[in-house]
Amino acid sequence: MALDDFKDIIHRCFRCGYCKFTSNYSDFNCPPYNKFRLETFSPGGRMWLIRAMMLKDIEPSQHLADILYTCTMCANCVEECRFKFHDNIVDIIMEGKASLVEAGVVPPSVRDFFKNIYTNGNPWKEPQKKRGDWAKDAGIPHYKKGDEYLFYVGCIGSYDQRVQKMARAFGQLLLRSGISFGILGEEEYCDGNEVLMMGEEGLFEYLALKNIELFKEKGVKKIVTLSPHAYNAMLNKYPGLGGDFEVVHYTELLKELITSGRLKIPGTRKMKVTYHDPCFLGRWNSIYDEPREVLDSVHGIELVEMKRNRENAFCCGGGGGNFYTDIIGGGEQSPSRIRSREAAETGADIISVACPTCMTMMEDGLKGEDLDHKIKLMDISEIVLSAIIDAGESI
Amino acid sequence: MPKEGEDSLYTGLKDIVGEGFVSRGPEELYIYSRDSSANPPRRVDYVVMPSSVEEVQAVVRLASTRGIPLVPMGAALNLEGLTIPLKGGIVVDMRRMDRIIEVSEMDRYALIEAGVSQGKLISYLKENHPTLQHSVPDAPPSATVAGSCLICGYGHLSTNYGTHAEMVNALEVVLPSGELLRTGSAMLPTSLWFGRGSLPDLTGLFLGWLGTTGIVTKLSIRLYPRPPIRDMVIYMMQDCSIVPDVVYRITHTEMAEDVSIVGQERPEWMKGYQIIAAYVSAHTREELALKKKYLKRISEKDFKARVSFMEKAPGDLKEQFMELPFFATKVADWKKGGGFEYVGAVMPIDTLPEAWEKGIEIAHRYNMLYSYAIRVVEGGHHVLFTYSYPFNRADETSMQSALAALRETQKLSLDLGAIPWKPEVDGQKEIIKRMDKGTFRLMQRVRNLFDPKGIMNPGNWEVD
Amino acid sequence: MKMAGDKDHVYEGLKTIVGDAFVSRDIEELYMYSRDPGASIPRNADWVVLPNTTDEVREIVVLAKDMKIPVVPISGGLTLSGLAVPVKGGIVMDMRRMDRIVEVNEMSRYVVVESGVSQGKLLSFLKENYPMLRHSMPDAPPAASVVGNTLIYGSGHLSKHGAHSEMINGLEVVLGDGEILRLGSLAVSPYWFGRAPLPDLVSLFVNWFGTTGIVTRLSLKLYPAHPLRDMLIFLVQDPGTIPEAVSRITATDLMEDVLIVASRPPKSPSVISLLTVYLTAETPEELDFKKELFVDMFKDFGKEGSKIVFTPKEMLPQKLVHGFMEEPQYAAATADFKKGGGFEYVGVVLPLSMVPVAWKKGEDIAKKHGFDPLYTVRNVGLGHSVVFAFAYPFNRADEKSLKRSRDALADTNDMALEIGGTPWKSELEGQARIMARMDPMVLSVMHGIKKVMDPEGIMNPGNWEHG
Repeated sequence: MALDDFKDIIHRCFRCGYCKFTSNYSDFNCPPYNKFRLETFSPGGRMWLIRAMMLKDIEPSQHLADILYTCTMCANCVEECRFKFHDNIVDIIMEGKASLVEAGVVPPSVRDFFKNIYTNGNPWKEPQKKRGDWAKDAGIPHYKKGDEYLFYVGCIGSYDQRVQKMARAFGQLLLRSGISFGILGEEEYCDGNEVLMMGEEGLFEYLALKNIELFKEKGVKKIVTLSPHAYNAMLNKYPGLGGDFEVVHYTELLKELITSGRLKIPGTRKMKVTYHDPCFLGRWNSIYDEPREVLDSVHGIELVEMKRNRENAFCCGGGGGNFYTDIIGGGEQSPSRIRSREAAETGADIISVACPTCMTMMEDGLKGEDLDHKIKLMDISEIVLSAIIDAGESI
Repeated sequence: MPKEGEDSLYTGLKDIVGEGFVSRGPEELYIYSRDSSANPPRRVDYVVMPSSVEEVQAVVRLASTRGIPLVPMGAALNLEGLTIPLKGGIVVDMRRMDRIIEVSEMDRYALIEAGVSQGKLISYLKENHPTLQHSVPDAPPSATVAGSCLICGYGHLSTNYGTHAEMVNALEVVLPSGELLRTGSAMLPTSLWFGRGSLPDLTGLFLGWLGTTGIVTKLSIRLYPRPPIRDMVIYMMQDCSIVPDVVYRITHTEMAEDVSIVGQERPEWMKGYQIIAAYVSAHTREELALKKKYLKRISEKDFKARVSFMEKAPGDLKEQFMELPFFATKVADWKKGGGFEYVGAVMPIDTLPEAWEKGIEIAHRYNMLYSYAIRVVEGGHHVLFTYSYPFNRADETSMQSALAALRETQKLSLDLGAIPWKPEVDGQKEIIKRMDKGTFRLMQRVRNLFDPKGIMNPGNWEVD
Repeated sequence: MKMAGDKDHVYEGLKTIVGDAFVSRDIEELYMYSRDPGASIPRNADWVVLPNTTDEVREIVVLAKDMKIPVVPISGGLTLSGLAVPVKGGIVMDMRRMDRIVEVNEMSRYVVVESGVSQGKLLSFLKENYPMLRHSMPDAPPAASVVGNTLIYGSGHLSKHGAHSEMINGLEVVLGDGEILRLGSLAVSPYWFGRAPLPDLVSLFVNWFGTTGIVTRLSLKLYPAHPLRDMLIFLVQDPGTIPEAVSRITATDLMEDVLIVASRPPKSPSVISLLTVYLTAETPEELDFKKELFVDMFKDFGKEGSKIVFTPKEMLPQKLVHGFMEEPQYAAATADFKKGGGFEYVGVVLPLSMVPVAWKKGEDIAKKHGFDPLYTVRNVGLGHSVVFAFAYPFNRADEKSLKRSRDALADTNDMALEIGGTPWKSELEGQARIMARMDPMVLSVMHGIKKVMDPEGIMNPGNWEHG
């Protein structure tokens, strides 16, 4: 893809502003616009600036880079834009970033992100060797040929302390279900979704091809991902590069396992739970029901919706690499703190997530709002697992 | 004052309007120095009656060169002395300029000169454009249409369409310099008079200013459809605290044309009651029945025992209530004394109960009976609460009493957060005291822009 | 000539007032704020600032006044006529951080909003919290602002109550010298229920395009909201019948909004004109009564070729019907008619009786410049006037297309003035044409007023300036 591919579309943005809102216009739903409020930080602003860059009316600059990289790729603009070309908005923003990458004008943290992934396979320069350590004492097996599912964990799940618990929880559930699966551990590479979202197409291709080759070599047919980001890359982008696998998100698989009776959830977990729709599961891939159905199948849970839910869910702020680069920044108007307040308003005991990025962002958000003692952050697997444990069952 | 023969101003005025239409004689000065209110008379130096815009311009120019105050006048029925000079000068009686210049049935406006009376327009429309009406205030038919608009008056269509100022499309005004200005849609040379227009608004500079920014010579007013059927329903209750709610629900239906609330101590049966009169108009009997049905539902559904409903005015009162204009003026003779004055307080409707109770205290303290008429304006956006105090013009004590009661009522209104409508000088000063200082300064600067010599109805909207 | 040091002084000054994060003089911001989505040629902005309070607005104005720098307020930025794009450079003041809904007085039916409140926010807030109340919504994107639209004679779904500028009870404003004023009943009373009975100063901000001061808050009239809303659609065979039709409809005062739209659908050989009547009611009985009344009204209307034909909704493409019923209507769709992301229109306030003349002349202009007629005609009040909009979509990427639209717009402005209409929210070009025809006295008064409100001439200068 190149920016030129969109030359018949890019000037068609009317800057009408529908993209800024939720579907009922009650709130601004574009995280950077909501925070920065300059017109340049709205989706329409990005579209017009990218066109200006294309026409050489403006030059790439650090400020332009900030404007583009504060975009978390949450796709609210795609959802709300009324024009026929609405699907292409995120593509154009991606290509805008790609132009900046090409020009060598990106924020330093973005540059580091790419560099670290290229050299270490993850943004934090953590050793590749330790990528599988999180699974060591959890009995989670390595993938071997013939296993039904490759459990693809991703960078955050592998290295972030909090998210590792999420990975372990899902692993436990898979074990319990009797499905044959395995992880790649220290052989696992970054899936590349964020790299693509940030405009480094070359690096993305490199990663994708590397993964595809590896998966094929291992005879992988089905992949279950922890992260909706990886889900998106592998489901939608890998096929174009020769990687045709059956890809599911872990909540989809859980739903299937529960429905088919392979995973039984005894016990009651009397809790009020609110669910935060991840952007790459929800708006990007239209998966809204399965995670809710999984929660529903835990006896005793009362599901309460946040004011902005499903297509209108407000992004946690972690996408577009922001979970690492933090260009969108913190403070009271940071997306994760706003979302934390919104979760607290429901009166829920638990805010449930289905994405490693959401988990790490919301952890910070709740802390920032001093809500981490009031409302518990758990992912769906952890909730299901806790019900099973409460029921006295062994794993 | 120089003797008549040596009065060059008088000669100048005669030259402009002709001898028959200027006076400095004692009879004219007597009449024009007082109005029907309880206010004491004030000095008038000349009375002049122009018949054309050019004459008005010439009069203004003459006054301007001499620095002599000008006070434009309609029918002087504002009852607040607003058309009586505060600093002497020339009263410009506009009532020779009383042509109805144009009525557009399709575009629903009437272009009139400033001296056209309510009665003239009412009958003209009835005769020539029976499907149209204008909003008629509860004033005698001799009151002028323009006067009512320019003081933000109220009438029988105000419940639906707002104050009469809001019904003004465009104006022609003679400015204090003598130059002519047209506003609204008439701002362009094509001079169409149909609307307030979408160009920088200048019309507002003459609405509510009590004649201090110029003399209006022409006015275009909106006309409204006149449905063939007009009737009324009545709600009665004995608890003024529920009145706002009842009115809210009535106006929520958007089915009543005019909603007024009345409270009086005489006749005896009215004492202690709040009576809401809701006028209903319709094109067909079916429409009338539907509207009445929904209006009736309010008392049944929401207020049950507390509000009683009458589907029409009681026989003997019907003619009175259904008249247009409503003969409110009859209050003037309640003391068999030919006079009354009232405070009109513009307030949000939920202030009504407190205004009601406290008003009774004041009236009784001055040995008067309370007499209220409250008009709901533009769907309840506000109400005009009038407290009327009749007096006997032949009895000085009676007049003083009325004046004292009026002053106290005015103060009460302001304290409640209401604003006195078309206030006389003292009321204006009370308002200015409470007004945002910057806002008042802007008023003065605007006036100074138009009237650097301070000749336009001076003394009004001023501090000492 | 401004010294570089002065520019820095302004920048530092602005940062001190609002904080670093809410000022910019970066190329990217200046690029965005120097253009709007209409057809105007871009004009430079020098700084962009986002105040959060009226006090901050005041401080910025004082700074600008001292430095003799223009201040140009922007909220929705969707006039399409470049009214929020600086004419003489200066500071663009983006009001949208000031987006609080300050107060709703339910009994007196008004809402007080800051200037940055969007139409969408107010719509959804009222629906959620005050379901018995609504405001009149223009058919603009929800990002349009309440205050902006109201101050430029907007019109919308409650058109029977008049233009939106008539719905202003009062304003809080900052004048060109930095003074903060309260206008309307709030000047004297704690309540913001109306302009009367005080001398009307609110009008000094209506249609003045920000040249008399910056509005920071506005009290807007609200109206009863009824649970049922529906519409009737009629096919208009002859635009000459429109005045009579609208006159009859509005004589009943039982409708909310009457809107005529005309366009040539993609596969149609000719322009289709539809007259839409919007109805609301508390009960199905009331709604049915109203519907029957209006359907009956046109049963025997006109002769062959001049009829107004009732068209049941089921017979029309559902997408169209859905679009008509939306709040607000998705008028922005026009922007992509040329797959070009742009449109602009001349909107003229006309007497109802002039609709056929304007219609025909509009057709001539459209033909001359290679457009199909693309009209909306909305009744304002009870047939008291109409807002007639002539739209010319363009392809932003095609300079020729832009020019064609600009030329058509200029011709339409001229035509509007010739027939005695007043264009609303005119772009600079249009303002010049209007002022060229104005009586010198009017110009003199306008100039005088501006001088009183804005002695240093910093308030959106270039607009309403003659010569």
